[in-house]
Amino acid sequence: MITVEGVTRKYGHFTAVDDVSFTAQEGRVTGFLGPNGAGKSTTMRVMVGLTKATSGNVTISGRHYVDLPNPGLEVGVLLDASAQHAGRTGREILTIAQQYMGLPRSRVEEMLEVVSLTPAESSRRVGNYSLGMRQRLGIATALIGDPEVLILDEPANGLDPAGIRWMRDLLRGYADRGGTVLLSSHLLHEIEVIADDIVMIGNGRIVSQGTKTELLHAAGTVVRATDTAALQGALEELGITATLSEDGVLRTDVDPALVGKVALESGVALTELRAADAGLEDMFLELTATSQRDGDLT
Amino acid sequence: MSAVTADNARTSAAVVARVPLTRVIQVELRKMFDTRSGFWLIASIAISAVLTAGGVILWAPDGELTYSTFATAIRFPVVIILPLIAILAVTSEWSQRTGLTTFTLIPHRSRIITAKAISSVLIAIAAMVLTFAVGGLGNLLGAAVTGTTPVWDVTTTQVLYYVLGMILSLLVGFMLGVLIRSSTGAIVAYFILTFALPTVFGLLATGQQWFHDLQPWVDIQFAQSGLFVFEQALTGEQWANIAVTAIIWLFLPMAVGLAFVTRAEVK
Repeated sequence: MITVEGVTRKYGHFTAVDDVSFTAQEGRVTGFLGPNGAGKSTTMRVMVGLTKATSGNVTISGRHYVDLPNPGLEVGVLLDASAQHAGRTGREILTIAQQYMGLPRSRVEEMLEVVSLTPAESSRRVGNYSLGMRQRLGIATALIGDPEVLILDEPANGLDPAGIRWMRDLLRGYADRGGTVLLSSHLLHEIEVIADDIVMIGNGRIVSQGTKTELLHAAGTVVRATDTAALQGALEELGITATLSEDGVLRTDVDPALVGKVALESGVALTELRAADAGLEDMFLELTATSQRDGDLT
Repeated sequence: MSAVTADNARTSAAVVARVPLTRVIQVELRKMFDTRSGFWLIASIAISAVLTAGGVILWAPDGELTYSTFATAIRFPVVIILPLIAILAVTSEWSQRTGLTTFTLIPHRSRIITAKAISSVLIAIAAMVLTFAVGGLGNLLGAAVTGTTPVWDVTTTQVLYYVLGMILSLLVGFMLGVLIRSSTGAIVAYFILTFALPTVFGLLATGQQWFHDLQPWVDIQFAQSGLFVFEQALTGEQWANIAVTAIIWLFLPMAVGLAFVTRAEVK
């Protein structure tokens, strides 16, 4: 389990991470979602001690990262797949990790197999790798010590669709066996598909967090009716705000069962009634609108 | 321990042994050899030693074909290459960004720096053994070519002086790597410190009498020059000169560099 408590990181007057608190639970995949420059990577570097927090505290299974005697065996970390010496081969980079951790040599070949890097590929220098291959190598480095906690920064970057599918299955299986997975992404769809819990960050602050189902449920209801105006009126009489969009769709925050009941009582025939399938994307854009770069222009 | 369930795996983690320093040193040594550039940099010590020995045999006057001539000549390429090895061992963690992995696997950065210092010194000692061996072979070969008896005019004490001098040069490079953490910057600083500064100090000493007396206490190259001349034992004052200049030019900046390294953000 990863516990982040009130972490703040300032650079002069600029606050990159502002009072961030959340936990990543065992047996669950926690998605750390935010636009570029929101403070995801800084928060993750603070977790593993590469960046000192101005204030606040992070513990991993109850201990500070720097106090772990052999961190690679307890926490698998991938912060930047490109941060490797271009002149080393993929196998050599894994071997270095294996030796720091004091693992048997056979682990290197095992991990190369897990991440599907062929012997020919692993004998090539990393300078010649595609980003997708570097990500696979980085994931192999994170997994080689068989840790209980994974911290992965944008691991899906550069993977092809099959690679993304592979990684999703890998992390799902990892969490199902009781592991803690924290992964960051600005690829909303990826997070939506894989994460159990979601922490959304914008401008260094957490804007929303909860389980995926909770967050999706909060999206409300979408309804179409033969007489939308009548339904809107009936809803508003009950104090329920409903907004009518140009395409004749009525949106409201309450759940579909209540809207259906109101429609029945007011005698309006419904043509469509469903839970708003806004997806995280809409919510993400909405929640982070103020912290979006595009938003800064207005 | 292998039979523990996922639940008490966490408690077993508490008894995981700390990564021993010897293992970190081994890995750091491996990292100095495992790239093409690193390998050839180290190989260039052997190559340049052999080339220099060959040059001495070909061009040195017959009367000067002694062991000390070989050892002195081979020193020049080696004293440039060794500090480069030490500099790059440190700076590559930043310039190649491998520190992101290294300092995550070994979070106490001072342990990595210590391991790198020890592995650099080990390389220096190996390079010295090689230098003396090549010098010895060159001396035998030179004597055979000229048909004279080989002259072994270097004592064990002088050999130890020489090794100490080389290790101090290497550590100055290492210090610059720690202090500057950029390959280019540290290499340029090393050349300024080793070649430009002594010239300036030399000119100053010739022109200004007050500095002439001060020079042995501030000029690290001047203070250490006695280690490489194969002439006489150093006096107590010369040792004091070496100690004082090493404190000024090596240990103080190293302390500053270490403080930066342990605090700085790794990105």
